[in-house]
Amino acid sequence: MIKQNDKISITGGLLDRRVFLKKGLVFSVATLSSDPLHATRDDARLPWMKTPGATFSNYGQPSTYEQDVIRWTMANSMAGGNGVSWTPLHKMEGTITPNGLHFERHHNGVPQIEPERHQLLIHGAVEKPLIFDMVALLRYPMTSCFTFIECGGNSNAAWRDEPIQVAAGYFHGMASCSEWTGIPLSILLNEAKIKEPAKWVIAEGADAAMMSISIPLDKMLDDCILAVYQNGERIRPENGYPLRLIVPGWEGVLNVKWLRRLHLTNRPSMTRNETAKYTELLPSGKARQFTFVMEAKSLITSPSVGQKLENPGLYQISGLAWSGRGRITKVEVSADAGRTWAEAELQQPVLSKCFTRFRIPWQWDGKGTVLKSRAVDETGYIQPERSALIAARGKYGYFHYNAIVSWGISNQGEISHVYTE
Amino acid sequence: MFIRNSLVFIVSLISFSVAAKEISPNLGKVASIQLIQQWNRDVFPDGEGLPIGRGTAIIGKAIYQQHCIACHGVEGMGSSAEELAGAEHALTDTPPDKTIGNYWPYASTLFDFINRAMHINNPGSLSADEVYAVTAYLLYLNGIIEKTSVINQKTLVAIKMPNAKGMVNIYKKEAQ
Repeated sequence: MIKQNDKISITGGLLDRRVFLKKGLVFSVATLSSDPLHATRDDARLPWMKTPGATFSNYGQPSTYEQDVIRWTMANSMAGGNGVSWTPLHKMEGTITPNGLHFERHHNGVPQIEPERHQLLIHGAVEKPLIFDMVALLRYPMTSCFTFIECGGNSNAAWRDEPIQVAAGYFHGMASCSEWTGIPLSILLNEAKIKEPAKWVIAEGADAAMMSISIPLDKMLDDCILAVYQNGERIRPENGYPLRLIVPGWEGVLNVKWLRRLHLTNRPSMTRNETAKYTELLPSGKARQFTFVMEAKSLITSPSVGQKLENPGLYQISGLAWSGRGRITKVEVSADAGRTWAEAELQQPVLSKCFTRFRIPWQWDGKGTVLKSRAVDETGYIQPERSALIAARGKYGYFHYNAIVSWGISNQGEISHVYTE
Repeated sequence: MFIRNSLVFIVSLISFSVAAKEISPNLGKVASIQLIQQWNRDVFPDGEGLPIGRGTAIIGKAIYQQHCIACHGVEGMGSSAEELAGAEHALTDTPPDKTIGNYWPYASTLFDFINRAMHINNPGSLSADEVYAVTAYLLYLNGIIEKTSVINQKTLVAIKMPNAKGMVNIYKKEAQ
């Protein structure tokens, strides 16, 4: 329970972010209901304690009681392999996305690639065009990169005039975070010997859409990897098995799945996905093109829209922040619609271009209010309010929505998505 | 030597471009020109990558009606897939329409995309002539060429799209 001398840091009921850790505060809601004085010894032994449990499994699955922790899928009614699925961020904690819950965007389905028939071709402005099979690639030195992948179109429903009322993950969950392990791309490009006038690399996947996109060579040499493993196991088919290009911090579409070809050129090829799509129309009629970096963003995942606060008392606010430009340096939370802000605790380690978990205790007084979070990254960039983003970009850019997310709390504890400005 | 390389590998987490040269096992096989030609389908606005072939909107319409109309609708007005033609609102309207005719900056993108990704039930099945023809039909629907105009390697490159100057390269701008 909160004692009178526990300092409530600012208005809105937010407490010092370290209060849980320092004092071992307990939630005011009693969760233990059984009365040990009246229970028999038999009652205390629940059914699964009376018979042998299940035997071993070759590949573990989530509890059958967690079957609502799933991706939300949406596809073209005439072409079921063209669509997206969202990560259920509102049902998750920590920073790593389980492989089966990583978001998807496919243009024409998930190819079932036989690894022994998959090859990677590097050609164009290189002295030695090279082809690699998977057996060869698996012998290359590998490194790991903990990074988020976020679709450029994530959160796009927030451009709408009315706040959409869907669970946080099914709205902002075209973003996921994994440990990707693979070969630094620079090793393979140097083996092929880059030559003038290489400035761009066109990357192509081995799916039915032969998805292609142009990426600056500088970025490829800086920190891109050819991932083979995701969170310790071989990449799942829907995430690019057997080979995926990882472009840390940049739009998801550049992280080409099922990678089969890298074409070094002096210019982009102006594919559909860098002209008709993934460009942001401004009110002037001009469109922003090659807006690769996913800017800093955050949202509170718990409590969040669709959930309910059962009664006044102590809650832990928990959420995710990330920036395509580097490390998150600060996340502030407001429990009074943005009038005052308190700094949340950042879960360590805080990694560059990676999901960062933030948490802060909050004493809810039972009155209606609005919760918000605001991320700051190492460049000093501050996540903007929605009104500021729209003032800068208009409402019809579709891609790169990264404004502050607001959850309205009713005096009944119901939570809805709201716009505050 | 092993220890030294291990150290390089750890450092490589931060900056692997220098270390990379030292530790490559060099297992790539030289790719033949034939293989590259077979694999490379990239088409550029200046015409690089365009194959020999030709088509008109008249021929393209028949192909469109057979393979494309189910998703893209009559005359490219949209169905389960987005609209390709028939913009009623300008890019500065609220809300705007974004079609090939008023948004796509390069005609070559049409050929590149149809050639690699369409039609969706059997991508790669259209001949070069058929891809040119469907490209011509979509350009015709968007009021960019005449119904009888022949689209080929040369004429496709010569087309100036209405929104050719509509894109601002943000990456270049940030680099400056």
